[in-house]
Amino acid sequence: MKKEEFIALQQFCAAHEVDLTFISKLSELGLVHIEQYEERQFVHRDTVYKIEKMVRMHRDLDINPEGIDVVFNLLERVDLLQQEMNTLKNRLRLYESDF
Amino acid sequence: MSYIDYYKILGLDKSASAGDIKKAYRKLARKYHPDVNPNDPDAEKRFQQINEANEVLSNPEHRKKYDAYGKDWKHADDIERAKQQQRQQRSSGQRYTYEGFDDAGFDGGGFSDFFESMFGGGRSAQGGFNRNVKFKGQDYNAELVLNLNDVYTTHKRTLTVNGKNIRLTIPAGVENGQVIKIKGHGGEGIQGGPKGDLYLKFTINNTSNFKRDKSNLYNTVKLDLYRAVLGGDIEIPTFNGKVKLSVKPGTQNGTKVKLKGKGFPVYKKEGQFGDLIITYEVQIPKNLSEKETKLFNELAKLR
Repeated sequence: MKKEEFIALQQFCAAHEVDLTFISKLSELGLVHIEQYEERQFVHRDTVYKIEKMVRMHRDLDINPEGIDVVFNLLERVDLLQQEMNTLKNRLRLYESDF
Repeated sequence: MSYIDYYKILGLDKSASAGDIKKAYRKLARKYHPDVNPNDPDAEKRFQQINEANEVLSNPEHRKKYDAYGKDWKHADDIERAKQQQRQQRSSGQRYTYEGFDDAGFDGGGFSDFFESMFGGGRSAQGGFNRNVKFKGQDYNAELVLNLNDVYTTHKRTLTVNGKNIRLTIPAGVENGQVIKIKGHGGEGIQGGPKGDLYLKFTINNTSNFKRDKSNLYNTVKLDLYRAVLGGDIEIPTFNGKVKLSVKPGTQNGTKVKLKGKGFPVYKKEGQFGDLIITYEVQIPKNLSEKETKLFNELAKLR
């Protein structure tokens, strides 16, 4: 575990004024990966953006962790569908003009 | 700076209770929150309006001021002063006129000038707001138009977005219509929130003879009848040069041949290429000479 790549969970919670139990619940649902090191908990810095997004959803929209899980799954599906639509549009161009 | 109808924004009338306001705000915020509407500037703008309306109407003090002055909010302080002076001066028979005041150079920071003028710039706890809401900065959207040739190789490019230069590596194999997110290159965060992102959409113009489907390329090659019947070597164009190809005897019109690894680069997989699919279009000779017609007739009799 490279030290500089991780942020102490306690520090993250203090900075974002969020309860540790909320992050633990997200972790239970598999939305956040928490690293344990010498009795302290850490999150990878690359996941901070995603966790901040979840915190905002919880704080601004009163969405509970289970709801956040549903929203994230749906957003992922929307993203996949958009990619698929784009691929199909490009494929359609093969047939729209003379070869 | 124009009057903003906060009730209308939340879809409420003036008699709405605190509970109605909370309910309407929650409903609309869930619909338009930037985190559930990524890459949608309209939703983001709408969310800011909803948030602003809620900040005013959910605070009894601000709601009172907003309700009392409505469209005359701009002159609220002057009106109050005028009323006071009228009361004091009524006995002496003096008349009072007031002048409007100039708009100050407010920096909205996510709230409208209307809001800032009416309630001031501070939105701290002391200012009456009970939530120190941090918002992610505005996401920017930009479009980059490139030629198919440009995305055949990975290259660096400098873009200017909102006056800032951003140096980007454009990976080979980017697709037409593909959107890539560049973290932290959007607008500044609000109240210490994170910076927004830049969503860059690629439009890839294809003026080549090749059709593209992801990393596969398609092309049609004309084949003369004799080569199709008898077979032989031909030279065909690929995206980055010509290659020799053996045509089998008895090749039919419309036959497809796959040239492995001669297609387009696979996105973000350095050194990997798709295939080139060639379709043969056999050319039937026209305007036959007398001798040719005679020979074809002889051939026909042999079959």
